[in-house]
Amino acid sequence: MSETTQSVTQGNLGDRLRAQRDALVNRLRAAVGFAPREPRPPTYLFYRHTIPVRALHWLNAIILLIMLMSGLQIFNAHPALYWGNGSSFDRPFVSLTAEGTQEDFHGVTEIGPWKFNTDGWLGASDDSGVKSVRGFPEWATLPAASPNLALGRLWHFAFAWLLVANGLAYFAYVFTSGHFKQELLPTKSDIAHLPREIVMHARLRFPKGEAAKHYNGIQRMTYFVVIFVLGPLIVLTGFTMSPTMDAAFPFLPRVFGGRQSARTIHFIVAFSFVAFFIVHIVMVILSGTWNNLRSMITGRYAIETEKPHG
Amino acid sequence: MADASATNRRTFLTRMAAATSTIALAGCSDLSQKPWVLDILGEVENLTRRAQRLFAGGHALAPEYTKADIAPSFRANGTLNPNTNDYNVHVANAFKDWRIDVAGLVDKRLSLSLAQLRALPSRTQITRHDCVEGWSCIGEWTGTPLQLILAMAQPKAEARYVVFYCADPMGEASLDASGNLVQPPYYYESLDLLEATHPQTILAYRLNGQTLPVEHGAPVRLRAERQLGYKMPKYVQRIELVESFNRIAGGKGGYWEDQGYQWYGGI
Repeated sequence: MSETTQSVTQGNLGDRLRAQRDALVNRLRAAVGFAPREPRPPTYLFYRHTIPVRALHWLNAIILLIMLMSGLQIFNAHPALYWGNGSSFDRPFVSLTAEGTQEDFHGVTEIGPWKFNTDGWLGASDDSGVKSVRGFPEWATLPAASPNLALGRLWHFAFAWLLVANGLAYFAYVFTSGHFKQELLPTKSDIAHLPREIVMHARLRFPKGEAAKHYNGIQRMTYFVVIFVLGPLIVLTGFTMSPTMDAAFPFLPRVFGGRQSARTIHFIVAFSFVAFFIVHIVMVILSGTWNNLRSMITGRYAIETEKPHG
Repeated sequence: MADASATNRRTFLTRMAAATSTIALAGCSDLSQKPWVLDILGEVENLTRRAQRLFAGGHALAPEYTKADIAPSFRANGTLNPNTNDYNVHVANAFKDWRIDVAGLVDKRLSLSLAQLRALPSRTQITRHDCVEGWSCIGEWTGTPLQLILAMAQPKAEARYVVFYCADPMGEASLDASGNLVQPPYYYESLDLLEATHPQTILAYRLNGQTLPVEHGAPVRLRAERQLGYKMPKYVQRIELVESFNRIAGGKGGYWEDQGYQWYGGI
């Protein structure tokens, strides 16, 4: 990995953004009862993310967004989940439905024995201004109007190719560049220091100085699971839903406990990606929105000169 | 240094704007209305078909299950009863006069009665029915392998697709602007010869050991076990071998295909 370090004084914009970020962090710290942070020491820019990582990261973000939204459109064609090979229609373990009459209905979400009123969000919501029975709401699906299973499938299966191509390009890069061993493979010390790191993260204290040049243990473990477990899992469960792929690879439905189980796992993994995305964005904001965004766009990340924690 | 930092900032802001607009564009369903977008997405369907065929080859079998896996009640979908005068006469008559005609690009036209169809060697398979909507159901189907019937009809060299015409109208008859009665389209589907001659592709006349019920396509429906449900038409009356389906109905090779669904139903 090339490490071009550059010593620069921050421009005015950088200073202003940093001041805003510090104010936000201090507000959040105040909200949970911590003392405000001391003013930050000077920084220098460190080349943190290479071009392949940055390009594939943003491509992946767009592809995943389209996959998610078209996937929710497909899900709306039969908004229920089952376990096994066949569907047990009278007892799905998750379903988004509507209750009431043709004129007056509300959306409900059923999970096992529990039932929730999710009107306006899940089960029933506005479709082009008209209250409609639909699993996920129009702002979450591609295309927006539902049902449109045919178009949802076209988008999903086209971008699935891009997702796999992007993923393979990324794998090729990380395994040939040393990025995998240096930045992604969790180490023994990562695991040993996990409790301490969780506490530090919870207190919104993020690595500084030299330590900030590399992913920390929590990042390594999270990225490892997301990229090397959830990624292949969502592709393979996707394959399992295709009848021709099941003919080609009969072990697929067996491994996942049936086609409907695979569909359920596909759904759970999709929402694990959503959960990861939310945490990812929160961490980006808490550890320095502009610094992180810049580092994923230009590659350069501002490192604070080292200073013992007060 | 100040210059470099300003350039960085400009590049940063430009790229940010580009990234944001791309994401906004992605969320924009209007793109789905553009013909060139649909063309690209449609091309990808061909890529998917070729890739799946590469792995599944001509004759890889769909998984088969045991009696214990059979769903207590097999879900019926699509047309549950054609309910036309013609069809009702056949129901009253226990389909004694039902015939399956095989025509088009064949050397020998056929017209098979149900008795003739049942007299041919049969195949029984417990398979999983996968609906395009996402649900699945396991059932035991018995029927005549389509490849036997095609062998009898002897397709001509130029035949590429097998088209199935069905007895179920999709919708009601209506009046057009000049007051003429317009008949609704009837269900139809098509497979290419590879899928049509697959060993598990059968003209099924039994479900779970019973005569095929009306809601499941009596007297004969197609089973193509590596495909989704909409590729397996019910109430099959006529089979035609063609070189292209451009001139049939909407020209896309099937009723749902004419409504925008993919012709390739293996995924």
